[in-house]
Amino acid sequence: MDNKYHDKLIVSSAPHAVGPISTQKIMGLVLVALIPAFISGIYQFGYRAAVLTIVCVIACVVFEYLMNVILKKKQTVGDLSAVLTGVLLAFNLPSGLPYWIAIVGCFAAIVVVKQLFGGIGQNLVNPAVTARIFLFIAFATEMTTWPTARGAGVDAVTSATPLGELGMGGPEAVTASNMDLFLGNVGGCIGEVSALALLIGGIFLICSRVITWHIPVSFLATVAVLGLIWGGLDGAIFHLCAGGVMLGAFFCATDYVTSPTLPMGKIIFGIGCGLFTMLIRIFASYPEGVSFAILLMNILTPYIDRICENRMYPAPKKAKGGDE
Amino acid sequence: MGQQGKHLNSIHVSHEKHTATCATEIMAIPETVCISMSQHIGAPCKPLVAKGDAVKVGQVIGDTDAFVSAPIHSSVSGTVKDIITMRNVMGGKDQMVVIEADGKQEVWEEIKPPVINDMKDFIAAMRASGLVGLGGASFPTHIKLNPKNLDEVETLIVNAAECEPFITSDHRLMLENTQYIIDGVLAVMKYLDIKMAYIGVEENKPDAIEKLNAVIKENGHENDIKVHVLRARYPQGAERVMIYEITGKTMNAGELPAQYGIVLSNVTTFAFIGQYLKTGRPLTTKRITVDGNAIAEPKNIIVPIGTRLADVAAACGGYKAEPKKIIMGGPMMGRAVYSDEFPLVKNNNAILFFDGPQALIPEETGCIKCGMCTRACPFNLLPVSMVEAYENKDADKLNKLKVMQCMECGSCSYVCPAKRPLSFTHKMAKAFVKEAASK
Repeated sequence: MDNKYHDKLIVSSAPHAVGPISTQKIMGLVLVALIPAFISGIYQFGYRAAVLTIVCVIACVVFEYLMNVILKKKQTVGDLSAVLTGVLLAFNLPSGLPYWIAIVGCFAAIVVVKQLFGGIGQNLVNPAVTARIFLFIAFATEMTTWPTARGAGVDAVTSATPLGELGMGGPEAVTASNMDLFLGNVGGCIGEVSALALLIGGIFLICSRVITWHIPVSFLATVAVLGLIWGGLDGAIFHLCAGGVMLGAFFCATDYVTSPTLPMGKIIFGIGCGLFTMLIRIFASYPEGVSFAILLMNILTPYIDRICENRMYPAPKKAKGGDE
Repeated sequence: MGQQGKHLNSIHVSHEKHTATCATEIMAIPETVCISMSQHIGAPCKPLVAKGDAVKVGQVIGDTDAFVSAPIHSSVSGTVKDIITMRNVMGGKDQMVVIEADGKQEVWEEIKPPVINDMKDFIAAMRASGLVGLGGASFPTHIKLNPKNLDEVETLIVNAAECEPFITSDHRLMLENTQYIIDGVLAVMKYLDIKMAYIGVEENKPDAIEKLNAVIKENGHENDIKVHVLRARYPQGAERVMIYEITGKTMNAGELPAQYGIVLSNVTTFAFIGQYLKTGRPLTTKRITVDGNAIAEPKNIIVPIGTRLADVAAACGGYKAEPKKIIMGGPMMGRAVYSDEFPLVKNNNAILFFDGPQALIPEETGCIKCGMCTRACPFNLLPVSMVEAYENKDADKLNKLKVMQCMECGSCSYVCPAKRPLSFTHKMAKAFVKEAASK
């Protein structure tokens, strides 16, 4: 009896095959989806937009690497989640921001918000969004100095954002047209200015099944409805295209870890994001509210998940009368 | 019939049906076979032969008085060499009769086509044939075909969805033994007085669908045997999924199809019934798919039950690479065995010999809460919540999450981007809930 393969085989539980999707691939697809917005950012704000993004990516990856070493955890740099955090944070910064401030933001995102809470999958709130809010409050001047977009055709070095103009002087004060907003010919953060570029990336994400439609659609629909109420059709389009709504709806609010898992929860989450964004834009003293809205809904996510889980205690789908 | 456009959640798995065009070969009789006395759900059989006894093909060598059981027949003619105890893939120990084959394959004198006049004769014949559910569950067929509420049974479902990757043995059966399938279906319809039969086949087997339709037509049964074309998604072949897809009825775990007026069995089971009624030869061989990167010649092959896996491998050109994992069944729900000395049993429909890279399961990483597992689950269960509840040893929560509904199809584990062993944890959680309930 040839016992060559007796007791020498791998014995593990089924399934013995795994699908092609990995965390790394998902993060990679999101990065691909951000390419149009990156190109638009470089076009509008020049080389510094590219350099600032690269600085953020390197800083986030280095912080992630070092934290894993210090905390004696398995290295997670390869899953690309730190790269994505770096890109998302950079896209939420004005292109003229001093590099060291951006690096402080990366520290807040990766070390404080992500790794100290347990690393990938364990953070309560979105690292990039939270780091942006931290920078926004801590470095208020630098974070609100907006280099002029090339497409705006203005000679000034810096200019106000459309939402800033709206906040200061009402709808009449807004100099950019809705088409400028859609294309990105306005002042703002690197990655948020072109609604078109973000829409292309967002649709790619939905088509490649990285995200579902629930959060972006409910988020954008809520913003549109409230924009319609406060400013008519022009107002709705303005609020959809201005500021960080597109970037937030497709790329920040849809972060798996910090958003609800079930469809109903996602819709509640999206509506909440839209609602708080518009409340802040219209009533609060800050011109923009996307980051705050997402952060707030991140915190509510475990509760939304629990409500939906209770509701959806999963019976097998009920068929409507098998007809035999 | 059918729920147009309504489906349970399902996933796409890489089909890997490399052997779909391989006509079935018949394996030469191995030198020895090792026939397990526990090849069905229920009480194991007791050996009826002793060391040194001469046996013939089809001779009963194991049986028991227990209700849930099926007799076991010799697959070769020869001499009983030994009766041994071997650890089975479930971790328990089974008695096995080792028979040295003489190569003559002399058929047992008592084998003759059964004489059947009524339902009672039919059920008796089913038991005598040794037939068990050949789709994998190996539930004795004579019990399945004799439900308490037989009057309420009005639909017969033939499960011909071969949704596991790699496996093509049912596909080949449908092409090569089509008439036996229809004979078996007609016999069951006749004796159980069932008016309507559906054969559920996935759309990725157009040749089988065509062949089945042609043979149904030849037999003049277009009106009461219908081929139901299913999507080629996993897990279409799971009993509860198949019933939903064909009838729209939602069956819970622990219930029987008969409660919903349905009798369902695997296509190979019906083909065997057709063949048995004609020849009277009990279940002693099995058509299996042999595949995997460690095997030289992947193929479909008819193998005597009790053949050691090493002999099966040898009949398929031997190993071309070192096997690292040997799976009885498909990669989604099959069981990994610890040795290629293990023998083939009745319900095997495939043996996969995986080499190193194929056997490699990627390292588990952190859950990113993507929800893909929930969207994959045919029953909308919440895999991540169940794993969390199991880790917290919370039996109440597990019950609320309906963990017992999980059929361990493996879809959640398959789609998980973090490669977490969700399905395995559900298995553990189910055992934990059962244990907690018995306290």
